[in-house]
Amino acid sequence: MQIHDQPALKAEARNLNFYYGEAKALKNINMPIYDKKVTALIGPSGCGKSTYLRSFNRMHDLYPGNRYEGEIRFYPDNTNLLAPEVDPIEVRMRVGMVFQKPNPFPKSIYENVAYGLRVRGENNKRVLDDKVEQALKGGALWDEVKDRLNDLASNLSGGQQQRLCIARALATDPELLLFDEPTSALDPIATGAIEELVHELKKRVTILIVTHNMQQAARVSDYTAYMYLGEMIEFGKTDEIFIKPNDKRTEDYITGRMG
Amino acid sequence: MSANNASDHPTVSDRLAKNAMRNVSERLIELLLFAAAAVSVLTTVGIVYVLVSESINFFQNVSIVDFLTDTQWTPLFDDAHFGIMVLVSGTVVSSAVALAVAIPMGTVIAIYLSEFAKPRIREVAKPVLELLGGIPTIVFGYFALLMVTPLLQKIFPELPGFSLLSAGLVMGIMIVPYIASLSEDAMRAVPMSLREGSYAMGATKLYTAIHVVVPAAFSGLAASYILAISRAVGETMILAVAAGMQPNLTWNPTEPAATITSYIVQVALGDLPHGSIGYQTIFAAGLTLILITLCFNILGQWLRKKFRENY
Repeated sequence: MQIHDQPALKAEARNLNFYYGEAKALKNINMPIYDKKVTALIGPSGCGKSTYLRSFNRMHDLYPGNRYEGEIRFYPDNTNLLAPEVDPIEVRMRVGMVFQKPNPFPKSIYENVAYGLRVRGENNKRVLDDKVEQALKGGALWDEVKDRLNDLASNLSGGQQQRLCIARALATDPELLLFDEPTSALDPIATGAIEELVHELKKRVTILIVTHNMQQAARVSDYTAYMYLGEMIEFGKTDEIFIKPNDKRTEDYITGRMG
Repeated sequence: MSANNASDHPTVSDRLAKNAMRNVSERLIELLLFAAAAVSVLTTVGIVYVLVSESINFFQNVSIVDFLTDTQWTPLFDDAHFGIMVLVSGTVVSSAVALAVAIPMGTVIAIYLSEFAKPRIREVAKPVLELLGGIPTIVFGYFALLMVTPLLQKIFPELPGFSLLSAGLVMGIMIVPYIASLSEDAMRAVPMSLREGSYAMGATKLYTAIHVVVPAAFSGLAASYILAISRAVGETMILAVAAGMQPNLTWNPTEPAATITSYIVQVALGDLPHGSIGYQTIFAAGLTLILITLCFNILGQWLRKKFRENY
């Protein structure tokens, strides 16, 4: 069901509901994620955008009492990521994530990037060296750290740590990369570097990004979804959403009258 | 400022008076707190003073070289020898046995409680575990002597009735709660965001625990190990009861031997004349013990600083 002027689907939420115990956090969300595009999720705090994002790599499975309903279809193999028989670890092997606050592991820069490869059982030094270098280049960090790969990652600046986390996620070649407000803990210069990187990365990976910053959504994304109180209010091309939103609530949020 | 205003508001001297009262009570409380802190510091100073001054008397009679190199410890015999290494060997061997039990077991329990146990299990298991740490050591001592030693003798028939092995094993069990509880606290203090980062990479719980949580909590783990070493080195009753009290220079845990602490108990219970050389050995042995624990405490401080994580 591919429409000719639209890119291929990478994933698609179908009638997705989510519950934290009794509380319903996501209400019947239907939304496509297009392949090798950046899709931004915007909306006021508590609207469910992070909850939605974290459904894509089954992070909610880590905590008791959480429940999904509906499907997230993942293409090209048309797997339902939320199906109980699908192992969340398999899902996370295909879907990478970058968090709000940089969270490098208490290890060297090299070992941070090699982490996902080692998890997957890769221990060949030559392969690791090569992939670590590629990933650090992908994360636009290689030139800054190539001479000190064995330094502790915690010695890097906040912006560098976040790029390291991006490189760490890239090292395992994810098909979809989730960003949960990746620049909210960073200064404007580091933010600019991350945004540029996102732009570069969409050539090779599909990106879903949650952001509080509407300028950021406008700058980096191809598609934007506005969420409010757990509902998907509006989804469309970023230009259209920002220039001519269809829904009054989206317009109010974008123009700063709400949120 | 007009005179009217002055009557509405407290005058400067009023306010000062209040301040003066407050300052006095602040000073008083500060003094009280200082006195409380001083008591513990002064006690330590006093103990060290007594140990050092009595030890100086001791070392006027026995040379330090003999003290450190002699292979016999027979201070109460006519042919007196003062080789502290005899007692140190007992302390080291029994502590090593205890730590060989307590460190792996305590760490594994901590990993389980912090990373795997359901909250309800943890709520029950942790207090019960801490209760184990509250059992008087004399009880552990007889447990070693009357339960563990006979059990071990079924496996090793040559094992004597008193042995460092049996006492050390039970001492290890005694120390497990300290390590488990402190290590669990350290691991639980590791922020969830680090674990999520690891899970998001496709890691399992076990992989995350071993490769992320344990390294992140390492300074806390090291601190718990150091505390455990200090406990083991200073432990007295279990060794006095179950390890035998004859001085024996040995590195073999299946032999009976005296430790520094059990020697002190033994001698202090006898009726030694004040000021005799036998009496002074108590202080020399005690000083040695304090120096050993001091070394470990310094090591612990250093490890803490070196591996402290800023989350």
